[in-house]
Amino acid sequence: MAELSEAGGRPRPTGGLELYAWVFMRVSGLLLLFLALGHLAIMHLIHSVEEVNFAFVAERWANPLWRLYDWLLLMLALLHGFNGLRVMVDDYIRSAAWRVASLVSLYGLTFLFLVIGSLVVLIFQPMAGG
Amino acid sequence: MYRGGAGQWAWILHRVTGVGVLLFLLIHILDTGLVLFGAEVYDRVVKIYTHPLFRVGEVGLAAAVLYHALNGIRITLLDFYPELSGRQRELFYGVVALFVLLFLPGAYLMLRPLF
Repeated sequence: MAELSEAGGRPRPTGGLELYAWVFMRVSGLLLLFLALGHLAIMHLIHSVEEVNFAFVAERWANPLWRLYDWLLLMLALLHGFNGLRVMVDDYIRSAAWRVASLVSLYGLTFLFLVIGSLVVLIFQPMAGG
Repeated sequence: MYRGGAGQWAWILHRVTGVGVLLFLLIHILDTGLVLFGAEVYDRVVKIYTHPLFRVGEVGLAAAVLYHALNGIRITLLDFYPELSGRQRELFYGVVALFVLLFLPGAYLMLRPLF
């Protein structure tokens, strides 16, 4: 088990990639606070799942700023989430073989979902699809 | 490591809500990806989310995101102001209080159309 700071956060790593990952979690976390809670408020308080359909998405994504918002949320959330899982693999998985297997699948899945998500947000054309 | 107490609960909840939100995110990327297959396919699938069971589920999702966000602020504050570490328990109670304050009206607004 990695040692924890009093707060339950990881102590600040001293350098290298781990320090970048540690800083990224704090910075992306702060941005996600606004992006993710904003997304929830827009979709579930201002609108509702009753309204969400193809036409709703087409109208929303007609504005490139909403595409940018959704793409940024997607990238940050995926990287933040998968880096969190990576830390948990470090904490919980002991056997060397399982560690390698989990890390390889984790990086593979991260890449796959980053590509799928980006493609959907960036290439969607309502005319072609509808 | 902790031997129980507020800090340990804060930490366990942070992990559980984090994994839960990530799982939903992956599903949500796939369901949104269906827009590329046209209106008929997309509309049929996202209609599932209007089922009352999913309406309750989305309140759970909102709770997980809200807790993770608030406790994330607590962690970051403690990282950058180590002098606060003696107050981490009070900060956790602050997180819980803010959570209740924001979650109750939010959950009410989300569930109101069901009744």
